[in-house]
Amino acid sequence: MRIPPAALIGLFFTALYFLMAIFAPLIAPYGMAEVVSNDIWLPPSSEFLLGTDNLGRDLLSRMIYGGRTTIFIATAATLISFTTGSILGFFAAVVGDWVDQALSRFVDLIMSIPSLILALVILSVTPITVGVLIVIMGFLDATRVFRLARAVAVDINVMDYVEAAKLRGEGRGWIIFREILPNALSPLVAEMGLRFIFMVLFISTLSFLGLGVQPPAADWGGIVKENAEGITYGIGAALYPAIAISTLAISVNLVADWVLNRTTSLKGGRG
Amino acid sequence: MSDNLLKVRGLKIGATVYPPGEKPHDIKIVHGVDCDLEKGKVLGLIGESGAGKSTIGLATMAYGRGGVELTGGEVWVNDRDILASAQGDIRSLRGGEVTYVSQSAAASFNPAKQIMEQVTEAAIGHGKFSKKEAEERAVTLFRKLGLPDPENIGKRYPHQVSGGQLQRCMTALALCPEPDLVVFDEPTTALDVTTQIDVLAAIKEAIRDTGVAALYITHDLAVVAQVSDDIMVLRHGNTVEYGTTDQIINAPQEEYTQALVSVRSIEHEEKQPTPEPLLTVQNITARYKGTKFDVLHDVTVDLHPGQTLAVVGESGSGKSTLARVITGLLPPRDGTINFAGRMLSKDLGNRTKEDLRELQMIYQMADVAMNPRQTVGTIIGRPLEFYFGLKGAEKRKRVIELLDEIEMGSEFIDRYPAELSGGQKQRVCIARALAAKPKLIICDEVTSALDPLVADGILKLLLQLQKIEDVAYLFITHDLATVKAIADSIAVMYQGKVQRYGSKSHVLTPPFDDYTDLLLSSVPEMKLGWLEDVIANRKMESAGN
Amino acid sequence: MSPIVKLLAQRIALGLLLLFLVSILIFAGTIVLPGDVAQSILGQSATPEALANLRAELGLDEPPVARYFNWLFGVFQGDLGTALTSGQDIATAIGKRLGNTLFLAFWAAIIAVPLAIFLGLLAVRYRERWPDKLISAVTLASISVPEFLIGYILMFFIGVKLGWFPPTAISYRPDADLLTKLSAVALPIAVLTLVVLAHMMRMTRAAILNVMQSAYIETAELKGLRMFTIIWRHAFPNSVAPVVNVVMLNLAYLVVGVVVVEVVFVYPGMGGYLVDHVSKRDIPVVQACGLIFAAVYIGLNLIADVVSILANPRLRHPK
Repeated sequence: MRIPPAALIGLFFTALYFLMAIFAPLIAPYGMAEVVSNDIWLPPSSEFLLGTDNLGRDLLSRMIYGGRTTIFIATAATLISFTTGSILGFFAAVVGDWVDQALSRFVDLIMSIPSLILALVILSVTPITVGVLIVIMGFLDATRVFRLARAVAVDINVMDYVEAAKLRGEGRGWIIFREILPNALSPLVAEMGLRFIFMVLFISTLSFLGLGVQPPAADWGGIVKENAEGITYGIGAALYPAIAISTLAISVNLVADWVLNRTTSLKGGRG
Repeated sequence: MSDNLLKVRGLKIGATVYPPGEKPHDIKIVHGVDCDLEKGKVLGLIGESGAGKSTIGLATMAYGRGGVELTGGEVWVNDRDILASAQGDIRSLRGGEVTYVSQSAAASFNPAKQIMEQVTEAAIGHGKFSKKEAEERAVTLFRKLGLPDPENIGKRYPHQVSGGQLQRCMTALALCPEPDLVVFDEPTTALDVTTQIDVLAAIKEAIRDTGVAALYITHDLAVVAQVSDDIMVLRHGNTVEYGTTDQIINAPQEEYTQALVSVRSIEHEEKQPTPEPLLTVQNITARYKGTKFDVLHDVTVDLHPGQTLAVVGESGSGKSTLARVITGLLPPRDGTINFAGRMLSKDLGNRTKEDLRELQMIYQMADVAMNPRQTVGTIIGRPLEFYFGLKGAEKRKRVIELLDEIEMGSEFIDRYPAELSGGQKQRVCIARALAAKPKLIICDEVTSALDPLVADGILKLLLQLQKIEDVAYLFITHDLATVKAIADSIAVMYQGKVQRYGSKSHVLTPPFDDYTDLLLSSVPEMKLGWLEDVIANRKMESAGN
Repeated sequence: MSPIVKLLAQRIALGLLLLFLVSILIFAGTIVLPGDVAQSILGQSATPEALANLRAELGLDEPPVARYFNWLFGVFQGDLGTALTSGQDIATAIGKRLGNTLFLAFWAAIIAVPLAIFLGLLAVRYRERWPDKLISAVTLASISVPEFLIGYILMFFIGVKLGWFPPTAISYRPDADLLTKLSAVALPIAVLTLVVLAHMMRMTRAAILNVMQSAYIETAELKGLRMFTIIWRHAFPNSVAPVVNVVMLNLAYLVVGVVVVEVVFVYPGMGGYLVDHVSKRDIPVVQACGLIFAAVYIGLNLIADVVSILANPRLRHPK
């Protein structure tokens, strides 16, 4: 199998970030909240590879742990959004009728407000914990997955081969799992990558606004916030976590792009 | 080269294709074609899909569609090689000297502009006529092409006129700048057969009256025989045979041309009705959910075991709806369906497994009738497993037998539908239907998406299988030639009603009702002068009335 | 009634219905939660008196439906209530800030829209060549970059290191003259422009490409018309609707972008106001801001739909 260079770069960085997240305690030179220096915003040195942060903590260590938080939240929210959205989407498409109508109109309503705004409204009354964040993000984003899954399933459901299965007398299980699902999988898998990116950006934005992960814990967006003040003094500490967010997102994007291209060219792909 | 308008020498055409996930690569579409066309003559280009005929047609305007490149040879129009011409020169050629009529006028007209503006645009743009002159000429052409209200039709927008009318407007668009050559690219293929004959006659008359030369591109030899002086038969980008229309139709030299000429000449002897029909459709009236009018009115037909009932009609006649009603996909509002001595439930959900097994269906588009993620073995094997509980080696053995019956080898068992040709796909669908050992197979336009020779092969196979398996067919089609080839009885449908019904010999023997007459006389025949005869006959009849 | 008027009336009615439902959603989003809202606002250590006061202030003793309609009627009369934290009238506070936000969004749109359409056309013109590839690479990058990164990079390099423009918008005064104001918000405008530009460009490219690939463009080419004539007479009339649609959808996207950008540059607009009061759990302010953001978003989407309906020849010239 030939992997194009762009996808290879994407795979490399995606793997790197995930491994760093998993093995954070083994890799990080210092503790997450450990104050290692009396000087804040020290420039990068051999002792502190990315320098120190606004409270004199090791920025690299903090970023390694922060990445762990970001990736964990984004993954968990993606899983929620994905399972909820695709199950309901398939269900609406196959059952049709008022079930479809009700679900679709509800999703239209939720999607008529930008998700960041709606999330902010909800977060103004809920306690802000990691669990709550994951659930809010997951369910808000499930609307997008729902739309895609429903559209894909509706397209497939009107194909003659599905009709042929119905005429043969096949049950709903066979039709969903053997006729529709195998053909719906590749666009959905590629979408999963995009959803993950969106979740990374979403949680980073919330934390950056101070409404995501709460101190002393921090994800990348939170670390940007902590060090943002330094920018006006010409100190670039806030840029490192921001760049980490971008590179993770771009890498996953490159991989998703490649998966999408590859699956459409599979035997009997979606031509 | 006094009268020679078009001279093509060694024309080679290629293209770069971008298959998803693979490296782009170059393919050759046309491998060196020669032809000549004199002023005022018509050359027919004929071939199956992929023959390169449209590509050659567009090459006479120095145009390559979607990444197609003219890679070699010469195309001389009015004594200059247009492939070596400058851009400005090509612009004056396009729409001035050479014009184009496409298959789909509906897509080729700009939806946001009035018809008149689009018809006269080229003539005005090339400075051939003033706006007023061009509009007068357009009205004259509209009238000549038999369009209703020729003075005002130009004020309409494309979506406000019918498909057949728009195709004629496109012809007016092509003729308006007084070109030397018009390229007609399958101008009647998308039309119903009764509309096709009018458009064809209008085109032919317009060509004759304006003295323009034409390239007429089509896959239908019977159509091209009516309009052209010479015919070039193309296959896979090569010339197979090139001669006068008379020679190609009446004395084809090459085997391939002979096959094209003799296509649809399958002989099938009509069977007599049995005492006990297999299927009785009685007084069926049906409409689609959420609509307010019936698409089927009081339809009654019988089908006898081991025989073929052809249901024939044009688009909108309700013939496919009848198939949906019989299969139970669309429960009728009224009427009954008796099948194999029992009453079928109207609703698919209430039918027994035996009902479903004995009544199978084959679709028009074989590529969407098979799950692209299943192998041929799975596709054919599933009914065996589902209805008869066959498993493992037993199932495989039966699949191979079925593949054998459809004249495909056991090596196809692990292939995916995308790896099959159009004809092979349809054969696999036939095998899937046969696997259920049905008493009746509904065939919905099963040959209309296929090239004529491939379609012929499928029809022959179906007839042969009928003999072996003693299965009945309900054959839905718009193509009367197919009907003649395989039917034992025929139902002609028009606007949701059965217009004429009976044994094949009865339905096809006069006296006819008006619609059946129109339909039958509109089917192009593979003989010279057929179009003139029909038009003359119709004029006589209308004068007589 | 002609079908087009009917369709427009339907669409606008639908937009109003949507807005009504959204107001319910926003209201419900702040009440239908497990536990006591007052408790969750004040925290576990709150005294019973403080809780009771807050409940009274929020009207928590009344049933939710009554509270909702009280709130809604207030909104209709321009009364958005008072802020819990400061006791200020919300409508007055929002009035000023909304103006500031619209100023920012307006200038970002003025720059981004023509630029995006121009670059989109450029990408179509040089399809599959380097300008097109560059544009799609930039797009890929920009949908993966959070708004605050673009913000801080510009702030760090242009604002602090080069000192061309003020790094933050603290110096912004609504009553200053236009040039001073623009210079104060140059960086936020630049960020917002970059944020929407890529999306808008890519969608414009797709919309125009879609038109350019239709059969009637081929017909025009085969008439021997000049490229300019083809684009002006045949492509343009059919591209207006999709391009306007693209623009509106992206302006709606700008509504979200503005929240983050205002926080980055400490700009006194609606976004900053909203975020501030979410963390202070000042529910009346959050509801008011949420409703206004949603209304703008729905309004822009509505305009996009209306333009598509108006530009459709099938609807404009019915059979």
